[in-house]
Amino acid sequence: MNRAIVRTAFVVGLAIASFPAAALLAQDGDTFAVQGATIHTVSDGTIENGTIVMRGGRIIAVGANVDIPAGAEIIDGTDKHVYPGMIDAFSQLGLTEIGAVPATNDMNEMGRFNPHLNAHTAIHPASEHIPVARANGITHTMAAPGGGGRGGGGGSGIRGQATLIHLDGWTVEEMEIEKSAAMVVSWPTLSSRGGFRRGPSRPFADVQREFDEQVEELDAWFVAAQHYKQATESGSSRLTRDLQLEHLSRVLDGGLRVIVQANDHREIESAVAFAEKWNLNLVIAGATGARDIAGMLAAKGIPVILGPVQRLPNGQDVAYDDANTLPGVLADAGVEIAFATFNSADSRTLPYEAANSVSWGLSQDAALEAITLGPARILGVSDRLGSLEVGKVGNVIVTDGDPLEITTEIEHVFIRGLPSDLDNKHKRSWEKYKNRPVKVKAVTTT
Amino acid sequence: MRRISLVALGLVASASGLVAQDAPVLIQGATILTAADAGKIENGSILFENGRIVAVGPASEINAPSNAVVIDGTGKFVTPGIIDAHSHIAAESINEGSITVSSMVSIMDVIDPTDIAIYREAAGGTTTSHVMHGSANPIGGNNAVIKHRWGADAQGLLFQGAPPTIKFALGENPKRSSTAGTGFPQRYPATRMGVMDVIRQAFAEATEYKAEWDTYNARVSGGDRSAIPPRRDLKLDPLVEILEGTRFVHAHSYRADEILQLMRVAEEFDFRIHTFQHVLEGYRVADEIAEHGAHASTFSDWWAYKVEAYEAIPYNAAIMTDRGIVVSINSDSGEEGRHLNQEAAKTMKWGGMDESQALAMVTINPAIQLMIEDRVGSLEVGKDADVVLWENYPLSSYAKVQTTYVDGEIVFDVDRDREMRTQMAAEKDRLREMLGEGGSR
Repeated sequence: MNRAIVRTAFVVGLAIASFPAAALLAQDGDTFAVQGATIHTVSDGTIENGTIVMRGGRIIAVGANVDIPAGAEIIDGTDKHVYPGMIDAFSQLGLTEIGAVPATNDMNEMGRFNPHLNAHTAIHPASEHIPVARANGITHTMAAPGGGGRGGGGGSGIRGQATLIHLDGWTVEEMEIEKSAAMVVSWPTLSSRGGFRRGPSRPFADVQREFDEQVEELDAWFVAAQHYKQATESGSSRLTRDLQLEHLSRVLDGGLRVIVQANDHREIESAVAFAEKWNLNLVIAGATGARDIAGMLAAKGIPVILGPVQRLPNGQDVAYDDANTLPGVLADAGVEIAFATFNSADSRTLPYEAANSVSWGLSQDAALEAITLGPARILGVSDRLGSLEVGKVGNVIVTDGDPLEITTEIEHVFIRGLPSDLDNKHKRSWEKYKNRPVKVKAVTTT
Repeated sequence: MRRISLVALGLVASASGLVAQDAPVLIQGATILTAADAGKIENGSILFENGRIVAVGPASEINAPSNAVVIDGTGKFVTPGIIDAHSHIAAESINEGSITVSSMVSIMDVIDPTDIAIYREAAGGTTTSHVMHGSANPIGGNNAVIKHRWGADAQGLLFQGAPPTIKFALGENPKRSSTAGTGFPQRYPATRMGVMDVIRQAFAEATEYKAEWDTYNARVSGGDRSAIPPRRDLKLDPLVEILEGTRFVHAHSYRADEILQLMRVAEEFDFRIHTFQHVLEGYRVADEIAEHGAHASTFSDWWAYKVEAYEAIPYNAAIMTDRGIVVSINSDSGEEGRHLNQEAAKTMKWGGMDESQALAMVTINPAIQLMIEDRVGSLEVGKDADVVLWENYPLSSYAKVQTTYVDGEIVFDVDRDREMRTQMAAEKDRLREMLGEGGSR
């Protein structure tokens, strides 16, 4: 595999010039190389005994025969593996600290229609969850409002905008990849089942009626957004600025991608019809019931962000391995998939969620792609992230094996071409308490 | 001798609604992780018959009886059935939370043999579960140990001979921090002080009650026919059993301080906490737990879902193991209970446990904690044939179960599962037809 060998600095220069928005914190001279490793590019196969060089925040060379620039800090890659950093395509990282403490939760605002809100404004760069996820090779995530948790925001509605961030930085501005990566919408549900704190089961006819009403309500918001957009474009001087409609109108005409959280296939079909009516750039998140509509999603080119694979089947009579087999079914049908934890504390388990579909039909390569390049494509950043290619941002991990395997150690994490600190709250406690002096049995002192 | 024991086994099997498989089963040429002194046996075989393991060792040393069902284990793995030391499946109800001491109630009265979780967990290799009362009160109800004999009735699921256990609970749940303002009734205790007080009061009461019975029994055995027995108290009876060492305490706990305090309260009344459950800060008082003589059953990597879980670390199991505690990894969840093998593997990554230590966390260690280690938890001759055949390496995120046996009976098989799906689909179609196409919504 003798391709992708050192392209010129000219290409790199171009790459940097074309993405001025990405704050590259690495200085031009900061050069790091991993030499003699197995390099899993994701985009273009595997390079045995290969070398990857990062400089100024970006990958400047990947290949079997690469000259390492003078002054580079070199990591010996013997018996090591290099992968793109993993992305948790839908998480609550930075938006919550302790689930049961509302004061620490900033995922769900009051009210059901909040298209003007942005996760960016609430991301806490010092959250202890971020270094925990990072230490296991998660280098970036889409932090999203909605997706459960306490506070307001139950039921359907427009949750707000999600922000794509690197999992390293002193401030959110340093972390930011895309301030507004998507508009998150929770689709109305057709679930009639009751449950703990959900109240009793309800007649399906009632649920269906409410569902239809809520879809109509969403439609009314889009009508309003369209009118607002038309009024704005016509330059009307009498227009009162409306932040909700201003932001919602960004999704019209194939603009800002809309991530719709929906599970049941009828909910997804409803969202797809809605998206077609409004010409939306649609992504489905959740999609636990998408099995029978995989062909439709593939044909329409609608990607899916799958929730945890380690979840229970959606009903008593659903196959025990329903969640394990779904990713393979979708991928085989041609649906672009990504995995996500929809969580914060569990974000580090992302690679294991992906792995849990591999023995059930998803290829290992596809599973890896679904936590690297796949989500980068879905979120519109595959020009910058998701694979080991010259010109891409240096989000790179060095491991002693397959990162989808539990026992694999993540030895180095580079974010934007700089080595990240792999220390975290858990490791500090481990170091402290494993070294607690052995307790001496109580001596009686009188 | 042998004949008698086989007859006895037959009776147990029929009582539980299961018919022992006629032919012996031999899994041949697999990698066997025994969770016993034999360790890992490459190219090994295991033979079981009438619900018991008859032989386990190198394939070359174990011949197939003429009537045996022989399963080719080449490239596959065999482990003991997984034991979940903390579960809430297969129960009609979990919490009698209206009172602070609910030791008069028992999960054994509310076993639900139709809970599909019994089957789903068996599909993940789980064969025994400790079905526990909830954590709503400082002294909870009595628990049940079940085997995943899917298809058996409530009585048939019970693990006969498993010593009785009881649930205690400390911290946020019994002081009801998480239910404040949610419409759940408020009651004492509301602090960790109150939680310890409830336990201390209960044992003060139980100690007096026990003394009344001891006096009475002494008089009776001394030939005093006029002795009048004390009035029976169903709340205090289990607590007396704890004091007498015949019922074992499994205490839900999070913070190091409350773990320490409960041990001291127990020591005050001269009993021991048998196993700390969750015990997320156990790593901070590991020496004290070891000194007290308690076991620990924890989660692999859950943290931060509430304040008392914010200091949880995935290295907890490893630190406690290194300090001499028998540690298990439990599920507390019908979902997690389907992949405890993977949760055990996390102790290899976080804390550097080796393969046998990790496997022990979900097999022999929980068996020790439930005091059923002479029956289950490892692959040894004479033990129950609770056996899992894996398609690939079990301590892995890629692990997949092929067949799970309980008492030598198949409770899950990946091919049988596919067949049943086809049958179920056909039955659904037939029912739909009977209702008229499209159903009657």
